[in-house]
Amino acid sequence: MDLKDKLITSFLAFENTVGTDTESDIHDIRSEAFSHFETAGFPTKKDEEYKYTPLNSILKQDYNVFPKSENTVEFADVKKYFLHDLDAYKIVFIDGVYSSFLSETTHDGFDVCLLGSALKKPKYKMVIDHYFNKIACKKSSLTSLNTAFSKEGAYIHIPKNTVLPKPIQIIHFATGNEAAIMLQPRNLVIVGENSHVQIIERHQCLNNNAVLTNAVTEVFAAKRAIVDYYKIQNDNTGASLIDNTYVQQLQQSVVAVNTFSFGGKLTRNNLEFYQEGEHCNSHLNGISIIGDKQLVDNHTLVEHKEPNCESHELYKGIYFDNATGVFNGKVIVRKEAQKTNAFQQNNNILIGDRADINAKPQLEIFADDVKCSHGCTIGQLDDSALFYLRSRGIPKKEANALLLYAFANDALSQINIPELKTRITKLIAQKLGVDLGFGV
Amino acid sequence: MLKIENLHARIEEKEILKGINLNVKAGEIHAIMGPNGSGKSTLSSVIAGKEEYEVTEGDIYLNDENIEDLAPEERAHKGIFLSFQYPVEIPGVSVTNFIKTAINETRKANGLEELSAKDMLQKIRATAEMLEIDRKFLSRSLNEGFSGGEKKRNEIFQMAMLEPKLAILDETDSGLDIDALKIVANGVNKLRNANNAVIVITHYQRLLEYIVPDYVHVLHNGKIVKSGGPELALELEEKGYDWVK
Repeated sequence: MDLKDKLITSFLAFENTVGTDTESDIHDIRSEAFSHFETAGFPTKKDEEYKYTPLNSILKQDYNVFPKSENTVEFADVKKYFLHDLDAYKIVFIDGVYSSFLSETTHDGFDVCLLGSALKKPKYKMVIDHYFNKIACKKSSLTSLNTAFSKEGAYIHIPKNTVLPKPIQIIHFATGNEAAIMLQPRNLVIVGENSHVQIIERHQCLNNNAVLTNAVTEVFAAKRAIVDYYKIQNDNTGASLIDNTYVQQLQQSVVAVNTFSFGGKLTRNNLEFYQEGEHCNSHLNGISIIGDKQLVDNHTLVEHKEPNCESHELYKGIYFDNATGVFNGKVIVRKEAQKTNAFQQNNNILIGDRADINAKPQLEIFADDVKCSHGCTIGQLDDSALFYLRSRGIPKKEANALLLYAFANDALSQINIPELKTRITKLIAQKLGVDLGFGV
Repeated sequence: MLKIENLHARIEEKEILKGINLNVKAGEIHAIMGPNGSGKSTLSSVIAGKEEYEVTEGDIYLNDENIEDLAPEERAHKGIFLSFQYPVEIPGVSVTNFIKTAINETRKANGLEELSAKDMLQKIRATAEMLEIDRKFLSRSLNEGFSGGEKKRNEIFQMAMLEPKLAILDETDSGLDIDALKIVANGVNKLRNANNAVIVITHYQRLLEYIVPDYVHVLHNGKIVKSGGPELALELEEKGYDWVK
């Protein structure tokens, strides 16, 4: 049985496990999403949006779509995946199931907790009805699939005028106890007026068994809210991730999503921003450093609907061996969105002659008084720069790494958590195979 | 210290050096002058080991060791330093961190332990003071957004930190105002001793008023066409290069 059939036959059983006892619309939302997936199926290579990112190799695994609930891990074994020197709220899942042991949640003044309970409990009903599945793309069959099976994930609701005292870490562990599992976490983040939150998200398999994660996150930023979202994608070689993140911004809000893709077999980021108020500011930063047979695909969309907004997009890619990179950056400026400033930059370095990058900027501009720019470069390391470093006694390998670090560096500038910046720098050094020998 | 015999070098199919002979002893300062395109920068790059250039004939010896097969970093470890005409910008890596890396890689290659953080800091401070470099400058990203003068001064700072046996200053005077030129020259003069040597490559005589060479060589069309004492530089300044061709 192929994965689609397996998912289809599992849906009824799934619905029974989650129950339909509240009066909310969740059941209808799931059913509708399920029908869409049933009709549309998984994207194929014929789909323009997946032309360079064939999913067939990761879909043919025999995934268990209902992971066992009793899997546990020892903190000592997973400590390194946390930013343990950083005081933070933690929402941790093991094979899709919440781990209260590893988590630190709160309801004190704001909610940092579980979507699973928010979907069930009446006191969250109003919020859920108002926000859940409101901006997730209805045309994406993968998002619909997640919606149909949405059950657990992070629920973050920050009321207005609240600055969180510490960041939130969301970590999804896969134990790899089974040969192959599929996970579909669903996160909902609602940030009230004038509030500020920092979120660090990570997916991590603990061995090289196959994991397919199809995640959906919806982020709502109210007026003047500030949201810093960091995604660490450094998974093992058996793990693939399809991350669908949707952001809606009201006026004067500032939202930054920073995506660091250093691992995994296949990583597809669908990141969509919708600006619904004036003077919004959106930042999309990404660094991809991958090697042999790995693929990272960043598909972004920024829709400017209101005047006087900005978007800044900067994606850097370093591809070794026969790695494949895909960048597709779509910017839509609606007729009403005058005085928009939209900048997009995508720079890539290919190391070796078998690496591959497919880059495509897509600008659709319907307003006439806007500043929009895009730039895309594909290159190799500069020999003169390399010679400069080597002439100072720095060996070739380290010199290469330093230059690559320098190349990626400006996409690191928006990390506002020092411990995270140190960690990312270390991961980059590790990825480049050197000890850069210094902090940040 | 440095002995170059009948050196021929080319880049792609173009021959640029056509038989250079040069003998630089410890304690000496040599100036190499010449018009644009005469091969001055090529000579310095070839000595430092830039791989784009192919040595087709001749030899380069550093302290009697033929260095032709050595990589640029290995030459640096043996004490060759090239101050670049156009230093490269490295965003995200501070001057301090860069020089630490360079010094420790060199020490490692020579079987020495890494310099302790304390010693490193002391050395950095003393050197910065000597070259009148503001400490804030040291935490900036290497060469990023530096003015021409700052880049050159930073090159001399690195030279002073690395204490090379043979320093080659490639057009270090270009882009420097007179005050910066004096500081740079002063730094070079303070660093010279009986055990090291300096090659100053320059188009103009100006720098040689402050760094007084023992020998001046005129490079033209890939060959040294005339050698002499410091007075030769003055003569060139007066008469131009046409006179020696």
